[in-house]
Amino acid sequence: MTRQPARPRTSGRIDWSAYAMIAPAFAGLAALYLWPFLSTFLKSFQTVPVFGPGRFTGGANYDKLLADADFWGALGNSAKYTAIVLLGIPLAIVLAAMIQQVARGRAVYRVLFFLPVVTLPVAVGMVWRFILNGDFGLLNYALSLIGVPGQYWVADDRFAVYAFAVVGIWMGLGVNLIILGAGLQNIPVDLYEASALDGASRVRQFFAITLPLLSPSVFFVTILTTISALQMFDLVFIMLGSVNNTALSGSKTIVYLFYEAAFVQFKQGYAAAIAIVLLVIIMIVTAVQFAVQKKWVVYD
Amino acid sequence: MTSRGAGQWRIHVVLIVAATLMVVPFGWEILTSFKTSNEVASLPPTLFPAEPTAGGFRTFFDKTPFLAQFLVSAGSLILRVAGQVFVAALAGYAFARLNFPGRRTLFACFLLMLMVPSQLFLLGQFDIMKGLGLLDTLPALAIPGIFSAFGTFLMRQAFLTMPKEYEEAARLDGAGTFRTFWSVMLPMARPMLAALAVLTSLYSWNDLLWPLIVAPAGDARPLPVGLAGLQGQFGTDYPTLMAGALICTLPLVVVFIVLQRQFFAGIANSGLKG
Repeated sequence: MTRQPARPRTSGRIDWSAYAMIAPAFAGLAALYLWPFLSTFLKSFQTVPVFGPGRFTGGANYDKLLADADFWGALGNSAKYTAIVLLGIPLAIVLAAMIQQVARGRAVYRVLFFLPVVTLPVAVGMVWRFILNGDFGLLNYALSLIGVPGQYWVADDRFAVYAFAVVGIWMGLGVNLIILGAGLQNIPVDLYEASALDGASRVRQFFAITLPLLSPSVFFVTILTTISALQMFDLVFIMLGSVNNTALSGSKTIVYLFYEAAFVQFKQGYAAAIAIVLLVIIMIVTAVQFAVQKKWVVYD
Repeated sequence: MTSRGAGQWRIHVVLIVAATLMVVPFGWEILTSFKTSNEVASLPPTLFPAEPTAGGFRTFFDKTPFLAQFLVSAGSLILRVAGQVFVAALAGYAFARLNFPGRRTLFACFLLMLMVPSQLFLLGQFDIMKGLGLLDTLPALAIPGIFSAFGTFLMRQAFLTMPKEYEEAARLDGAGTFRTFWSVMLPMARPMLAALAVLTSLYSWNDLLWPLIVAPAGDARPLPVGLAGLQGQFGTDYPTLMAGALICTLPLVVVFIVLQRQFFAGIANSGLKG
């Protein structure tokens, strides 16, 4: 993120045509975002039948949610998924620094690492589901070559969330590399030259120069990754196979649970409560990350 | 960093191993799509198809209305991208460049919307589309994505950094606000417009959840929903599934190879948030 002048460069005169220019965006956002948001908030306090208007039932949905083992399970799964996907960030930092160091082939590496980002997530889920298949998947075969017993990675609640997370890292690496690569480009080269003259090793330079100066980009990537990981849906939907896969009820994420409640079971009030809880969780996690960043992000 | 040429091979080794891990799933997808289902289920797995066949592709094209779903995906993408770029540029310009009462407050409202996860809007957006009788139609897929606080924010950033002189010159020539925006400032924002268009395209093309909600069946299914349905139908016919996954992915990959720079610029400027 580049730094901008604090104040827009507007001329002093009031320009009334500004209202006409923001009108389309404002109307669309009010009707299709602000109103739906308020409606979700209200619905979370209602019991909404499939037909007809909802009826206010106070905190009933929230009470039910807190007593729902599926909800706590999904919350745990989303937390595990997010925690593991975040481990992809150190990996991305190291790879980004390496790509930055090579004289040749940068463009090729960038394209290869970015391919999963431009691949349909549905297709990603299908391919990985096949690779992780317990009977004739590529991974189990590769493991058998080194004498490790295979598992039903995506058909076993003990492993599925971790399998999703590994695929999640694979999918998100390209985006993180581009953002971190842009951050690396902003680090002045003479810093490295000066420290090289002082005899600093490459590893020492990485920790003394690269990491601190890259920390704003690392923070940005951490926020983005956390928020999107907490909203994981596509991979779970595809890799669980189908909506009615009861065998893996223990591997659902929060947004999967929301989708199921809202659009499969048509319990809109309950789904709305799940969505509100998700919002609160994301706000708390983001606020904590902003508070903690003061301790580790270096701004020049 | 030119003096380090000698040590570079070690870095390349690590990067090549990592890049290989990135590419293996695609290679396996391609190889599988040319096998028979029997061969796929055999142990140990074969690397190359014993008798290469296009059977998987044939089944995919026979059982899936690919062209119709492709047109839905492409059509909603065009609607969404064109709409969003225009609406966001207009509002972004006003927020960056014009002085009007309530500007700060209104922009703060836009920023707040940016922080709310998309799931919070889905129930209400579904109700609206249902109320308008638009379920299972192409407009339902595209309309919500036309309006984006994120796009407005990005375009405001682009206009903020532009020098004032062009605007003043246009005004001295007698151009009105909209004229100045359209003929002078908008063309200068072209790099950001391209970045926003590319990001929005990526979002629109890949999106699963919203289409699954408003067009789960019928003629308005875009490719991701169709592909998910294919999996429900041919759960273990992996050659067909891999062929389908490959075909549906290819258009965007081709666009990416051609427009790499815009993709990377879009991501670097903003991350990935729709």
